[in-house]
Amino acid sequence: MKDYLVLRVIAKLMIGFMLLFALYVQFHGDFGPGGGFQAGVIVAASIVLYAIIYGLDAARTVIPDRVIEALIAVGVLVFAGVGVAGLLLGGNYLDYFVLSGDPVHGQHRGIFWVEAGVLITVFAVMLKVFYLFASRGREADAE
Amino acid sequence: MEGVIAGALLTMMAAATVAIAVQRNLFAVVILSGIYSFLMATVLVALDAVDVAMTEAAVGAGISTVLLLSALHLSRGEEVKPLHKPLLPLAVAVATGGALVYGTLDLPAFSDPQAAIHAHVAPRYIEQAYRETGVENIVTAVLASYRGYDTLGETTVVFTAGVGVIALLRRRRRAEKARA
Repeated sequence: MKDYLVLRVIAKLMIGFMLLFALYVQFHGDFGPGGGFQAGVIVAASIVLYAIIYGLDAARTVIPDRVIEALIAVGVLVFAGVGVAGLLLGGNYLDYFVLSGDPVHGQHRGIFWVEAGVLITVFAVMLKVFYLFASRGREADAE
Repeated sequence: MEGVIAGALLTMMAAATVAIAVQRNLFAVVILSGIYSFLMATVLVALDAVDVAMTEAAVGAGISTVLLLSALHLSRGEEVKPLHKPLLPLAVAVATGGALVYGTLDLPAFSDPQAAIHAHVAPRYIEQAYRETGVENIVTAVLASYRGYDTLGETTVVFTAGVGVIALLRRRRRAEKARA
């Protein structure tokens, strides 16, 4: 697809808006539909679009495999870490009320980090699965 | 009006399902399943489940289609003709479907406010969620706060699925390198 000028230009324009929309879905999830899962898939989709248009190697330069594999675990650890933070602050596991002096603010803080963890893991898993499938196809071609 | 929209969407979904079952060209099957997912997402919007609709559109129609297309790249484009008549699977499918339909007869009517699921914890969430969490979207409050354990479990499932795919596809790649 690298030779199609229209696709290259349009994709470059679109990816910025896709990432912006993902951030909107992530942070507006408190008020409207959306949240970590949806935002993670949208971020992954924007990188998949980048990989389809500019090639897998270009995408792997932007987000290397090693980073992606680390992020898969980081997301779960962030989520579980919120629970541990609740424990350390004297509450129950995944109790957000103790995360801040004001209980409602504590809930906000807890939900924010939990959604961030979901976003990271979902994004990383989706992209890693795509990388694996796409690179297998190429190796079969090389043989 | 809502009934007409839902009826039209469900009819199109049924048509897509039949087309998927009949179609032998796998590329067409992948595109049809993408169409099916988009129709499903529209049905979910009609049911006011916008969060789920968004997930269905992004995962079902977006990422899955890309993954299936990249998997298709590794296989032949035509489905192989079955060697024998699939009468036994058909009988199993019809029996299971019949049992499931029989099971739905016992369910409470659609959006019945007296249904058990709406009388248990849902009223408390609806009344208290905003006061307790300050989050206006009840879905987010339930998902991330009240049902935090479940969501942690879900995230772990996604994590485990990713690790499983890595383990399966990576080892194969290394073995191929060793052979070459």
